[in-house]
Amino acid sequence: MLKFIGNILQNLTHKPATRPYPYQKRAPIAGNRGHLVIDPAVCIYCGLCSKRCPTQALAVTRKPNPNSWTLDPYRCILCGYCVEVCPKHCLSLKPEHGDYSSPNSP
Amino acid sequence: MSRITVIPFGPQHPVLPEPIQLRLELKDEKVVSALPVVGYVHRGLEKLVETKDYLQTVYITERVCGICSFIHSVAYCQGIETIMGVEVPPRARYLRVIWSETHRLHSHLLWFGLLADSFGFENLFMQIWRAREAVLDLQEATAGARVILGTCCVGGVRRDIDQTGRDLTLATLDKLEQDIKKIANPILKDYGVQQRTVGIGRISRELTYERGAVGPTARAAGIAQDLRQTGYAAYGELDFQPVVETAGDCYARLQVRVREMNQSIELIRRALERMPASPISVPVKGNPDGETVSRVEQPRGEVIYYLRGNGGKNLARMRIRTPTFANIPALLAMLPGAELANVPVITLSIDPCISCTER
Ligand code: SF4
Ligand code: SF4
Repeated sequence: MLKFIGNILQNLTHKPATRPYPYQKRAPIAGNRGHLVIDPAVCIYCGLCSKRCPTQALAVTRKPNPNSWTLDPYRCILCGYCVEVCPKHCLSLKPEHGDYSSPNSP
Repeated sequence: MSRITVIPFGPQHPVLPEPIQLRLELKDEKVVSALPVVGYVHRGLEKLVETKDYLQTVYITERVCGICSFIHSVAYCQGIETIMGVEVPPRARYLRVIWSETHRLHSHLLWFGLLADSFGFENLFMQIWRAREAVLDLQEATAGARVILGTCCVGGVRRDIDQTGRDLTLATLDKLEQDIKKIANPILKDYGVQQRTVGIGRISRELTYERGAVGPTARAAGIAQDLRQTGYAAYGELDFQPVVETAGDCYARLQVRVREMNQSIELIRRALERMPASPISVPVKGNPDGETVSRVEQPRGEVIYYLRGNGGKNLARMRIRTPTFANIPALLAMLPGAELANVPVITLSIDPCISCTER
């Protein structure tokens, strides 16, 4: 047990290892798959992403209907498969974790 | 002559991270026999696979287990690659080893913490989980997610580890090695820990073999069996030797896992050093037609994937035999004769993972 004394002193003198989370957030780690975004100007609404998505999180409509691309963030597992298959490279994953707690968040 | 009492241990119990029930028949305080009751977290994943194409299935296999997910996807991808005759580039094989071993590290650390919790050593539990955070952060930085990495794909891997990632990995491993040394070594010698583990849940080598135990449970009883010896992925080029103990009790299982953590650190270092430069994936065309059995070593033991494709996009059948399923019969052989107070420790010592057992 004597070997643990250094550890005990460290615990007494150092800051806690945890963060007061909602008030203080960790900076996102680069390269993390946090949330999915689309560049609508480039998208051609081909629907390939929605066909390949393993969780059916995407819905794409095109002519004769109005063009639309919708993501259901609660279904998306952030796998990045759609990003790989998109022929126009208009999808990307950003490192910040999406905040889905309110209806209008990203 | 005392009566037999039946006590339900679980499905909700403070030491069990997942629901499984053991119906314990007790005579006084001693366990006479135990009956496992499973089926609380069945998710029907094998059926779900039939509705997804074989490339999407990778994401399902990753979710079979929330701790060793990457290794599940390695097993699946290796199976599909065997059926389709795909040759994986060497760098991808090394990257698969690296992420498999980080998974083993964080899985063993998680287990070590839970074991500490099971014998009431809360402080140690927190210390170990703090050390484990570093591995999760490392996975987030190199693979893009903390536990379910999503980096393994049929034909290779999705991400490369560049120079920055390599430096970060080495720095994290150095720090972790220090942490493990600081925590694990005194703990293994600690009187209280030895009281709770030495000679507890002992099982002989013969009985372990007979019951078909796998992984650290088997290796702690002296069976030198580790699927990494077969040299899948890049293990054949990393001078791998299995960790074996002979006592067959909870303490031996603890020792095996602590030594395996150090071994994983060493394997990752070696893999980073010997990793050749090459593409990280090859394009895959066509659909799987044929069947195969794919086996890899997980933190808890050997997992077996049976895959059958009939030339269509979706697999006709996928069957998974997970290590905990193979270890439960051994657990039932350990329990008779144990004190009721030792049941949590013994149960945890096989590192039960119920969600993957029930899939
Ligand atoms: S695959 Fe790309 S271009 Fe096609 S609909 Fe999806 S986002 Fe748009
Ligand atoms: S990241 Fe994966 S789950 Fe999310 S929308 Fe894209 S393909 Fe679907």
